[in-house]
Amino acid sequence: MAVMAMAAALRGPSGRFRWRTQATAGGVRGSARGAAGRQDYNLLVIGGGSGGLACAKEAAQLGMKVAVVDYVEPSPRGTRWGLGGTCVNVGCIPKKLIHQAALLGGMIRDAPHYGWDVAQPVLHDWRKMAEAVQNYVKSLNWGHRVQLQDRKVKYFNIKASFVNEHTICGVTKGGKETLLSAEHIVIATGGRPKYPTHIEGALEYGITSDDIFWLKESPGKTLVVGASYVALECAGFLTGLGLDTTVMMRSIPLRGFDQQMSSLVTEYMASQGTRFLKHCTPSRVQKLPDGQLQVTWEDLTSGRENMGTFSTVLWAIGRIPETRSLNLENAGINTSPNSQKILVDAQEVTSVPHIYAIGDVAEGRPELTPTAIMAGKLLARRLCGQSLDVMDYSNVPTTVFTPLEYGCVGLSEEEAMARHGEEHVEVYHAYYKPLEFTVAERDASQCYIKMVCLRKPPQLVLGLHFLGPNAGEVTQGFALGIKCGASYEQVMRTVGIHPTCAEEVAKLRISKRSGLDPTVTGC
Amino acid sequence: MGGCDRTFQAHQSGLLQKLLQEDSTYDYDLIVIGGGSGGLACAQEAAILGKKVMVLDFVVPSPQGTSWGLGGTCVNVGCVPKKLMHQAALLGQALNDSRKFGWEYGQQVKHNWETMTEAIQNHISSLNWGHRLSLREKSVDYVNSYGEFVEHHRIKATNRKGQETSYTAAKFVIATGKRPRYLGIQGDKEYCITSDDLFSLPYCPGKTLVVGASYVALECAGVLTGLGLDVTVMVRSVLLRGFDQEMAERVGSYMEQHGVKFLRKFVPVMVQQLEKGSPGKLKVVAKSTKGPETIEGVYNTVLLAIGRDSCTRKMGLDKIGVKINKKTGKIPVNDVEQTNVPYVYAVGDILEGKLELTPVAIQAGKLLARRLFGGSLEKCDYINVPTTVFTPLEYGCCGLSEEKAIEVYKKENLEVYHTFFWPLEWTVAGRDNNTCYAKIICNKFDNYRVIGFHVLGPNAGEVTQGFAAAMKCGLTKQLLDDTIGIHPTCGEVFTTLEITKSSGLDITQKGC
Repeated sequence: MAVMAMAAALRGPSGRFRWRTQATAGGVRGSARGAAGRQDYNLLVIGGGSGGLACAKEAAQLGMKVAVVDYVEPSPRGTRWGLGGTCVNVGCIPKKLIHQAALLGGMIRDAPHYGWDVAQPVLHDWRKMAEAVQNYVKSLNWGHRVQLQDRKVKYFNIKASFVNEHTICGVTKGGKETLLSAEHIVIATGGRPKYPTHIEGALEYGITSDDIFWLKESPGKTLVVGASYVALECAGFLTGLGLDTTVMMRSIPLRGFDQQMSSLVTEYMASQGTRFLKHCTPSRVQKLPDGQLQVTWEDLTSGRENMGTFSTVLWAIGRIPETRSLNLENAGINTSPNSQKILVDAQEVTSVPHIYAIGDVAEGRPELTPTAIMAGKLLARRLCGQSLDVMDYSNVPTTVFTPLEYGCVGLSEEEAMARHGEEHVEVYHAYYKPLEFTVAERDASQCYIKMVCLRKPPQLVLGLHFLGPNAGEVTQGFALGIKCGASYEQVMRTVGIHPTCAEEVAKLRISKRSGLDPTVTGC
Repeated sequence: MGGCDRTFQAHQSGLLQKLLQEDSTYDYDLIVIGGGSGGLACAQEAAILGKKVMVLDFVVPSPQGTSWGLGGTCVNVGCVPKKLMHQAALLGQALNDSRKFGWEYGQQVKHNWETMTEAIQNHISSLNWGHRLSLREKSVDYVNSYGEFVEHHRIKATNRKGQETSYTAAKFVIATGKRPRYLGIQGDKEYCITSDDLFSLPYCPGKTLVVGASYVALECAGVLTGLGLDVTVMVRSVLLRGFDQEMAERVGSYMEQHGVKFLRKFVPVMVQQLEKGSPGKLKVVAKSTKGPETIEGVYNTVLLAIGRDSCTRKMGLDKIGVKINKKTGKIPVNDVEQTNVPYVYAVGDILEGKLELTPVAIQAGKLLARRLFGGSLEKCDYINVPTTVFTPLEYGCCGLSEEKAIEVYKKENLEVYHTFFWPLEWTVAGRDNNTCYAKIICNKFDNYRVIGFHVLGPNAGEVTQGFAAAMKCGLTKQLLDDTIGIHPTCGEVFTTLEITKSSGLDITQKGC
């Protein structure tokens, strides 16, 4: 691999033109090397996360010459990780594994009811769990490297910024610069957690989800600031692992999700011991001589100032797209002034016709791994002329892995009402008790299902909301049903699988409008 | 009915008499025989529709003397206790996993059978009570007596003390279900137990021989092994007959890898008691199905799970001429669950050619009541009914098995997509890779419609349910591909199936 000097890139348009000519002449497969000996590719993907890797691998499989550049800027706490992006390293994967650790804690408590003699005390060793989770993540990093190699995708561990609309400059950890040019460029740099830099001590003493999964030691008593799903998931598993955990939120939990479901999610968390400081906002974080963090906050309801001491403060107040260091202006790529995300059309094309953006960095897209993967694959197929299919971003199912999991697909009740009018919407719902909860003497007050339908027969299903164990597994299949245009009647005609939680979805008989008690009784 | 002519016409056709009888002559509009899932659903729905309804339910004690309350097989000796014991076994697995996830507690973890069964039986009692309450609330008369037809529209009910009462009704629904079959060999009824006895067994069964390869057999064997017992399954021929055989073998091989011993191609010929006790000691002699070879083994408990027989032979069906299949005891019905005697209907496990599943019986019972008394025309749809076998690794399916699909559609018209998958939770727990398996069978000439769905993995029931709903709506491979997965779940594997069986490509998962 030839490494190019910065100066070469600054040669500008003439170099680019020469390259383009050759690439065109050589066709897609026979991608050409530049006369100046520089690297060139049919496709360059910036960002080795879910979307970027999927796009790169698919394009390579279809015959393109592809490079992926990926670079993890260490978090303010110094946490860094390998190839694979947020999902693999600081998102879905470690999150769900630690969620599982917390669920196992619940199962250990259930076990004696089912006849298992578990000797007390039961303790949790964060260090051991973290090591196991981190080792698994590292194996995935390695797996991604191997996959790229297998598919002949060139991988560069460099931080990229645009030099011009066909060229990027990549800088290695050691400061070495590389110039790469390509016919098509896909930006898939994702996002990173936001710090409330206006709060004194926030940046110096706080951590984010970028750090929590890589902590070697237990975070101890933790204040989680935020009400996003990241905030609630982190607070949920910390509580489940036995840590004293407080969530501080300024307004509503899980903005954008169905609000009835969201309050049930937090209600269950509170019942499991998570503390909630609602309508509060932190104003200052100070380090005490013993290393503890003293947090000062304002209670927005009373206007009073309060204080508390924590071992860890975790900010989960949102994420910002990784666009700042890309020098997008050098390529003429437009971003949204509000979100800083890259503006794209339905084909994922940015303001520059041969530059694309997918995943969390693209404006208006759901920030979910599987959507990024599918968008990346479809984009690669279109670039290779294999297909014209564009990504359908409607009815994307998702699940929030809070202690009681919340799975949903389609519209929230609020959104359905807003779009179709209250009089045209019928909501069927039920409070149910998972069979496994009975013997374990667990409280099922928040196990709840809601199906939002059009009122007019055949009552098209607009949204499904499921709160309970294994919500992700339950929701997946129904997401297909909704994709198939399922009606309420069709779902009701589906025979249940007994005894499961999912069968309750196929037995939703009580409409909200009827005012009848939606508690499921009996078998 | 109005007008002289139409009334006269009705008189001539016998309809008038029928209508009058329904109103006044009989004690009840409907008598349901059998208080299980199907019977209760039907009775309650009829009562909701304003009819006068009676339910007769009587549990004939098992040869070991086990009996139970209202609710039928599912609640008392089926789905409910089975799934709870399965959960107990899964928790044992969870305890193992938990140490890998950082949990620490004393190394010795023993299982106490009595604690478990007591908790499960308490839950069942509450369900029995719930059913009683629910009948009362809906003004359904419940009689704890054994029902037998004595003449048309009349039934004799015999209670535990032998007292007889007779009742009449305009319509009858037979929902008596099935009970476990015995081998008919020396010692079987004296010493063996069945699923009727296992869930309330007052002592731990110890080293157990499970005879049979039905889902009941495999589920019981899985549970007992999961609780730490030494378990052997004796199989005459194939595992899970009627289910997809590739899946069945995978279910079996997972069990085998996790401690269940299988004795294939053997049938017991004699069971002999060596020692009394709770449990005692039994000697089992078994014969090969292929040759003259016989083997012997000593077990604390022998559990028979070789099939179930319909409870239709001792209820006077011959007195009113209701036809049953002489061989199976099952009752043939038309597509509205009606027997050859027009006022007698049947639902649930005793139906010939229908599925033996609680939710099917419930659906059939409810819809029947609505058709009989609510003016509804909706029939029970027995197509694409999903189900799940709660073996240690759960197996969920909907639609056709691969064998059946090939038989119906021919192999060349099908495309089978499949893959192994590794649940995320299993990775850190260090559990087997390349064990969980997903398979769909598509009809190439019907837009790649999914006609068979099969999943082997944790929470298979929860995974399968939604896909079953999607199959009701005409699920195709394209729709699966277009649907976004939920990450990280097991269910999402169905949205990324790429490898066809016909390609012969490797489906093992490497790393991630």
